[in-house]
Amino acid sequence: MIDRTELWIVIICLGIGSFALRFAFTGLVGDRKLPDWLMRHLRYTAVGILPAIIAPAVLWPAATGGNYDLPRICAAVVTLTLGLIWKNVVGAILGGIATLYTLQYILS
Amino acid sequence: MTSTSVKSAYKQGFRDGAPFILVIVPFSMLFGVLATEAGLSIFETLSFSVVVIAGAAQFTALQLMGEDAPTLVVLASALAVNLRMAMYSASLSPHIGGAPLWQRAIAAYCTVDQSYAVSITKYELTPEMSAREKIFYFFGTVTPVIPMWWIFTLVGALIGETIPASLALDFAVPITFLAIVAPALRTRAHVGAAITAAILSLMFFSIPYNLGILLAGIGGMMVGAQIEARREASQ
Repeated sequence: MIDRTELWIVIICLGIGSFALRFAFTGLVGDRKLPDWLMRHLRYTAVGILPAIIAPAVLWPAATGGNYDLPRICAAVVTLTLGLIWKNVVGAILGGIATLYTLQYILS
Repeated sequence: MTSTSVKSAYKQGFRDGAPFILVIVPFSMLFGVLATEAGLSIFETLSFSVVVIAGAAQFTALQLMGEDAPTLVVLASALAVNLRMAMYSASLSPHIGGAPLWQRAIAAYCTVDQSYAVSITKYELTPEMSAREKIFYFFGTVTPVIPMWWIFTLVGALIGETIPASLALDFAVPITFLAIVAPALRTRAHVGAAITAAILSLMFFSIPYNLGILLAGIGGMMVGAQIEARREASQ
């Protein structure tokens, strides 16, 4: 059972900390110019962090105890492929979900 | 700059952000379900989502509290997962940094993966947008998403354990992120960054507190920046 005091400490500190991280640059740096080398790196923030989150979640999902799961992997491949071809976020998501449920149904 | 152009930027942002309702709904419901399963009351669960508003960090914190991890470890891990928000903030600042402080504060509270990714892509494709159009576009992208995050956390907490595991709600996150990343892979530098980050992340998987994800992301960014610098030098 989660301790109530600990829970509220976590909620409040995590709230403050998350806000501080999100406010760090837009709030404090504002529109002052950042050095070129930094901007060059920041352009790749989304394509760096998101794949780093995705890769283990696709191959070793926590929901299956870290074991590789064929429907999830196929769904990921379909989503990525559709996203690359269509350049359409929703289409890719729907394609991925359809693949996941179809394969889960077939394999169960 | 007219107020019509700002309004249309807001509307455009709303339209571009609306599809993410599809993702936010299962993701926030899942948090509601798991939090109540872990013993949180409905009020505590909802407070968590309203105060923190960061799915991945909330799941991390919940998981570690369930494992009786020390409070400091819970906080450090969850904040490490959220460190990417500081990078988002840095990458948004040249675009929306000129807005009034209160607008930047609201934007900071609302910075989530989807709003960031949609907005930064838009800013890069249409650099002629004014600073006000840019921040109102950003507000547009979050308007459909943030209230859904609160509401469906509550729904998840209320319906609790009636959701079958076979719905695989957990996979809503990777699918969304993939769908966001794929269209963003516009140049060789973007592709290089993404592939490097994915491989490094798998190699660093055993590093505790999700720090591997952060290191892998930074590695990917460095490769992207290198490829870009070389291409510019060779031109």
